[in-house]
Amino acid sequence: MNGAEALIKCLEKEGVEYIFGYSGGNVIPIFDAIYDSKIKLILSRHEQGASHMADGYARACGKPGVVLVTSGPGATNTITGLFTAHMDSVPMIVISGQTITPLLGKDAFQEADIFGISMPCVKHSYLVRQTNDLPRVLKEAFHIAATGRPGPVLIDIPKNISAGPFEGSLDPEMDLPGYKIPGPVPKADILKMADLINRSERPLLLVGHGAVISRAGSVLRQLAEKLQAPVTNTLLGKGAFPETHPLSLGMIGMHGTAYSNMALTRCDLILSIGSRWDDRINGDNAQFCVGAKKLHIDIDPAEINKIVRCDAVCIGDARLALEELLKHVVPLNTKPWLREIAANRRKFPLKYKKQGGLKAQHVIESAWEVTGGKAIVTTDVGQHQMWAAQFFLTDECDTWLSSGGAGTMGFGFPAAIGAQLAKPGSRVIAIVGDGGFQMTLCELSTAAINKLPVKILVIDNKFLGMVRQWQELFFDNRLSGVDLEGNPDFVKLAEAYGVKAFRIRRAADIRKVLAKAMAYNEGPCLIHAEVVKEDNVFPMVPAGRSAHHMIVERPKTKMEKPTGGT
Amino acid sequence: MSTLLTSPNLHTLSVYVNNKPGVLVRVAHVFARRGFNIESLVVSPTADGRYSRMTVTADGDGETLEQIFKQVSKLVDVLHATEHTHQEVVEKELALIKVRVAEAQRTEVLQILAHFKGATVDFTPQSVIVQVTGNTEKIEACVGMLEKYGIIELVRTGKVIMARGETET
Repeated sequence: MNGAEALIKCLEKEGVEYIFGYSGGNVIPIFDAIYDSKIKLILSRHEQGASHMADGYARACGKPGVVLVTSGPGATNTITGLFTAHMDSVPMIVISGQTITPLLGKDAFQEADIFGISMPCVKHSYLVRQTNDLPRVLKEAFHIAATGRPGPVLIDIPKNISAGPFEGSLDPEMDLPGYKIPGPVPKADILKMADLINRSERPLLLVGHGAVISRAGSVLRQLAEKLQAPVTNTLLGKGAFPETHPLSLGMIGMHGTAYSNMALTRCDLILSIGSRWDDRINGDNAQFCVGAKKLHIDIDPAEINKIVRCDAVCIGDARLALEELLKHVVPLNTKPWLREIAANRRKFPLKYKKQGGLKAQHVIESAWEVTGGKAIVTTDVGQHQMWAAQFFLTDECDTWLSSGGAGTMGFGFPAAIGAQLAKPGSRVIAIVGDGGFQMTLCELSTAAINKLPVKILVIDNKFLGMVRQWQELFFDNRLSGVDLEGNPDFVKLAEAYGVKAFRIRRAADIRKVLAKAMAYNEGPCLIHAEVVKEDNVFPMVPAGRSAHHMIVERPKTKMEKPTGGT
Repeated sequence: MSTLLTSPNLHTLSVYVNNKPGVLVRVAHVFARRGFNIESLVVSPTADGRYSRMTVTADGDGETLEQIFKQVSKLVDVLHATEHTHQEVVEKELALIKVRVAEAQRTEVLQILAHFKGATVDFTPQSVIVQVTGNTEKIEACVGMLEKYGIIELVRTGKVIMARGETET
């Protein structure tokens, strides 16, 4: 047996079903070992695509996604994928080929110091120098990727290591003396939280990705209902608490619902469950929930007090913490608070005009209606992502897969391929922009040859819409570098790949076309929605400002340039 | 001469890590990303060869350092990280100072050195290399006294610390 064969045996033992990969010289021994394996290789058309596929697979089913690429450019092409997974705490293993050990550091052909290059965007990484170490490294990598706060792990394997003779154990002990996973949640911390909650009149539960990752959905619902506390979610918290639930305020933050942002400014207690108070919901820390008690449950000790100084914290798994918390809280009288929120909801609903051309919001909301919300949705980043977050309500964990922290264009479509493989029985819809889709559309081949019934809904406004919106609102409409003139006819493009395609140009056609597309399951299909070119996402909290500065429609006067990050 | 090493904002972290390639980069990365300059850094093997000890001295506000400390503790290769106050630890560093000394001033320099319990480790007709050990303040003081003769070169090991008594460093 050689190292590569041992590696594949270990991957099989870890229960790996798919490897998302792209071959190349320094990884040939491993591809050779796959030849005899029951693991299915999904050959992407670009390594970035492979890494997003593995990411989508992992987000959809919770198991680490596995990527296999060659050295040099093969490896560097996974950096965006690693970074995306790292920012959103997604378990992923990237195995890269490498030049032979005697040539390491000598600028050999296709040699990249991927161990060094990837360091800031991995949870951990390895450069394997002994063939016999491979099983231990792999076992540790899976353990690290999937436990605690999940994240990506890179394993760089020189060709002579994978091709070398293997004489070790396939079931070695792990050697991770420095790896710590938070244990049971401390009771005293829970009691302190419960005490603050029990004295609150206007509580707000803020649900983030941590709640989704820990599968806290059911206990979260019990907690919210017992407290009669309103629940808002971050972009990645979508699905942890049903957005159709009467207590749900939907998404909060820069493009969240008006009533959730208003609740943020009015609550007397906010409990973050696996959300890291990031700058999309907290543009101005000094003005953030002034006077409110701030509580934080997070599995990562480094997130505690990073941005918001809290009155009570609990380090641990969100589900376990909530199960314990549920025992110690009492039903609250939140009727006046809920009435206030309901009034805001009536006064400032999410809205758009269905007249005046085809609207992205209309297409997306119709997709939600046509499918009854029963779908796994993936997105890219930008306006279509925000409209999808607003209008495609999410009721279940693991059904909203979006690049949140990284904001990666080109994520949605390959992630949908991974998700479809993870959940073959589910309907998977990639809602993508015309900009993002063009970054990874070569994976149309991958979807087509694997006959994956992914629905690709291209929201085509022929602009990089979100940047255009900023330029319109803050930069005197000096449009610079946002015009995607020259977009292809996406229907013809899909057909060139052998992919079924539909077109929507008029509002009247939306439902008819979507129904047809949703019923097509022989393979992937693309829906080209040619929406109005210039439309803006509202509500909007300008970057760097607090929720008090939210606008719900286009202001009549010129706005100040935002101070916060994009 | 730099007075940074005696700044009140100076923090000393002791980090117990796997003795493996790349670990130093991972730790240094956490500091660099938050714009923290490492003032001094000592890495050396421990009694158990599988692990190394890093003593990192960095200057900055306490809140940011708390964050850095947590990020460092989180690294898979870090077994534990501790921040010690001056009272809890023995602190030492060593300095080699090459001083321009003509014959006429040699006695004077040797007297200063005697005061700081230093040693001369190299003599030439024009210069002398002296070795001083002790805490940072003592080294700064010694350097200060020798400055007027002309310091040609100064090499300091950086601070190492060890917790007093039964406490683990």
